[in-house]
Amino acid sequence: MLQETAIILTAFVYLGVLFAIAYYADERADAGRSIIASPYIYSLSLAVYATAWTFYGSVGRAASDGVGFLPIYIGPTLMIALWWVVLRKIMRISKQNRITSLADFIASRYGKSALLGGLVTVIAVIGILPYISLQLKAVSNSFTILVQYPEIVMPAKVGALSIRQDTALWVALILATFTIAFGTRHLDAAEHHQGMVAAIAFESLVKLLAFLAVGVFVTFGIYDGFGDLFGRVSAVPKLRAMLTPLEGVAGGYANWVWLTILSMMAIMFLPRQFQVAVIENVDEKHLNKAIWLFPLYMLAINIFVLPIAFGGLLRFPDGSVDADTFVLTLPMAEKRELLALLVFIGGLSAATGMVIVETIALSTMVCNDLVMPVLLRLRRLRLNERRDLTGLLLGIRRGAIVLILLLGYLYYKLAGEAYALVSIGLISFAAVAQFAPAILGGIFWKGGTRAGALWGLLAGFAVWLYTLFLPALARSGWLPLGLLEQGPFGIELLKPLQLFGLAGLDQISHAMIWSMIANVGAYVIVSLSASPSADEHRQASLFVDVFKHSGEAGGARFWRGTASVSDLYSLLARFLGTATADSAFGEYASAKGLNWPDERLIADAELVHYIEVQLAGAIGAASARVMVAAVAKEEALTIDEVREILDEASQVVVYSHKLEQKSRELEAATAELREANERLKELDRLKDDFISTVTHELRTPLTSIRAFTEILLDTPDVEVEQRKKFLGIITKEAERLTRLINQVLDLAKIESGKADWVESGVDMKQVISDTLAAMSQLFKEKNIKVEARLPEKVSTVTVDLDRMVQVMLNLLSNAVKFCDAANGRVEIALAEREGCLWVDVRDNGRGISPGDQEIIFQKFHQVGDALTDKPHGSGLGLHISRQIVEHFGGRMWVESSLGGGARFSFTLPTGAAT
Amino acid sequence: MSEFESKGQRFVALCMLGMLLFNYPILALFNVSGTLFGVPVLYAYIFIAWAALIALMAFIAESGGRR
Repeated sequence: MLQETAIILTAFVYLGVLFAIAYYADERADAGRSIIASPYIYSLSLAVYATAWTFYGSVGRAASDGVGFLPIYIGPTLMIALWWVVLRKIMRISKQNRITSLADFIASRYGKSALLGGLVTVIAVIGILPYISLQLKAVSNSFTILVQYPEIVMPAKVGALSIRQDTALWVALILATFTIAFGTRHLDAAEHHQGMVAAIAFESLVKLLAFLAVGVFVTFGIYDGFGDLFGRVSAVPKLRAMLTPLEGVAGGYANWVWLTILSMMAIMFLPRQFQVAVIENVDEKHLNKAIWLFPLYMLAINIFVLPIAFGGLLRFPDGSVDADTFVLTLPMAEKRELLALLVFIGGLSAATGMVIVETIALSTMVCNDLVMPVLLRLRRLRLNERRDLTGLLLGIRRGAIVLILLLGYLYYKLAGEAYALVSIGLISFAAVAQFAPAILGGIFWKGGTRAGALWGLLAGFAVWLYTLFLPALARSGWLPLGLLEQGPFGIELLKPLQLFGLAGLDQISHAMIWSMIANVGAYVIVSLSASPSADEHRQASLFVDVFKHSGEAGGARFWRGTASVSDLYSLLARFLGTATADSAFGEYASAKGLNWPDERLIADAELVHYIEVQLAGAIGAASARVMVAAVAKEEALTIDEVREILDEASQVVVYSHKLEQKSRELEAATAELREANERLKELDRLKDDFISTVTHELRTPLTSIRAFTEILLDTPDVEVEQRKKFLGIITKEAERLTRLINQVLDLAKIESGKADWVESGVDMKQVISDTLAAMSQLFKEKNIKVEARLPEKVSTVTVDLDRMVQVMLNLLSNAVKFCDAANGRVEIALAEREGCLWVDVRDNGRGISPGDQEIIFQKFHQVGDALTDKPHGSGLGLHISRQIVEHFGGRMWVESSLGGGARFSFTLPTGAAT
Repeated sequence: MSEFESKGQRFVALCMLGMLLFNYPILALFNVSGTLFGVPVLYAYIFIAWAALIALMAFIAESGGRR
């Protein structure tokens, strides 16, 4: 069943499914119901990292040096742990500046330099070519092997092919068509390709499932689980050494570490990873899930690599089968046709996913950072006067995609056969690692300059060309091999694989060491040796302090000049089309509260900056800068002015923070003052009331004392009996006066908080009994029946004993005063419940009307008719009693009805509650 | 310290832990002959440590940071 046509048909059906998914996702996106706005889709799309290299090449690598394939996945896991710090910052910067690619990012950071953007693009394209050729090689090899079924023949032995049978070329052309259909259907100002992302996520699922299927088949189908497989491996002497694989190889650990570092860079700076992780990201929050889901994906796709590698080594011990093909050849050798077909599709999805995203990312870079800046500068073309440039932009991108894939094919033809899959891929990794100093330095170090980045990149790339690219061409026979063996012109020290005599490392570690020294060294030294220009200074600040600047308006501060709204509009319309330009202007106007185009916009710094950012989304920051500068008459800012603006801005921020804090403090203080003032006023009023009441109260007894004294003085012949009576009244009134003064003093003490409270454990039952005993004479005189209901035992309360006696005396004497004159009766009850002691004192007097029940607790309030009733006390007793009870955390209140007697109650919290 | 900062610091610490686990000399400790559940010790170690690292990353990423 595995005929050529069937295989080709399956492959095309699969590609058709992919296209359908992409089409559906794009339709949904246009309808505003995006299906990729999910952290799971985002995580799966990141797995575009796993290419044909992972799918076929990992096994090949594992078959030669065991765990040596793993740093490629462990490195990214470690890097992803830093994503929260690093990638989140890059994402934020890219969103604010409408960054469209890696080249755009670097160009934009270093003063929107078109030169730098172009250089990054060239490095990326040349550096990625081996990687693309790897995918072409993998797909064409797997196809060539599969059509030989049931024979297993390596592609090299199949023999020379005519153009018609040159699978790699056909694969390249089909992928180019496919990518064009995916990525350049229309121009999006934000460079979002939702359909592509959905398709990539689907491909990630397919390749994972295919690989796991082979893994499970080999481990549990051919062999009897991991133990059985590894047991058989250790029985073969030739393979046993691979079980502790880091020993034998020279520089084993060093190679391991360099590979880890290399792939840490790759996961950030491969153009396709940058594309899916940063550009295509729709929500920063998706990072939370991706941070662990994506490493988990890598773990899952690697679990069966070693079993498959060892399974292949055991199955094909004579070395006739290339280890890079074990994934496919094992199912074929076991006559599992469907599984073999699934593997082919899995490998196809791994390869197509990589090629699609990578070429889209590269074509954007080629268009925005290489071709457009040149075209825009060529005045002869008069591009500035063209009405609509969207077609041109799409055309350039499509051309770039075809060109890149054909170059990849060329590299495959030139150098592809001499290397294993992984070695080809690592050459590309080392190339993109050259971006690391410029980007990481750029987002954390304001001192990095355009010249520094330029020289760093040039130096690193030159070393890469010399130590990796050149040897690859030499090994394939395009350059003399003597170059590698004796060095150029016979100079041993300059041997590309042992530069300056550094030996004992593998080719990649060797290249990484020298290129990083050159790159970082040049970047730092050149950056430090000259001061940055105004543009660089501004961009450095915008990038490094991205979390401090708010919104896209951050850049508007730095613009000074004049422009006209209609010029800006036509500029935007030329690159994005009138519909997009209309909606962009509409959005801007409505944010300002204006109704465009009925109301006029002002072409101020903010609008100009807004247009530049919109434009940057389509043609890159450097080109956008050039275009806007052409339309708007700008005044260049000097470096000092930029510094001033930056300093001003940061000072203003600091200052406004301080001001805010100050004003909050002031508000709080004002509120406190107002409250204190209110309290003071109230106290003042109370004091006035108090004084007038006290003087009034003092005057009453004084008046009667004075009146009776005057009578006695004026009439010496008062009868003895009468005189005695008068003197009795005088004494009584004097006593009342004394008592009143004592109570006033007492109250003053309590209210001012100066009273001495002597607290101790007090048994309230004892207090009540003592008070009753002390008053028993009074009760007898007034003929009042007293009934006390006291429990056996109550908890002690922590109070002042004397004060409690004072309270009880007060309540009881009140009860005596007010109880029924003829048939007096007073009841006292003590109980303990709800963590409190409850004391009730009930009399059977005339009661207190509901309106008076609260008033009697106020100072100097006595119930009764002031005209007919004689005052019965000072009017302070109940007030003081309540103050005392409340001081100890209790409450005091009265329940009563007119004619029904009154019950005064208070509670005191027992020890447990206080 | 803001939630974002504390989360970032945890991740940096985790990355350092990972670099320690997958580097000389810790790696050399497990580079010995012998098997664990039928799998060579080094392979078993790498995958177990890797899985543990991912679990920690998931924990930090999904938790809200230090309160």
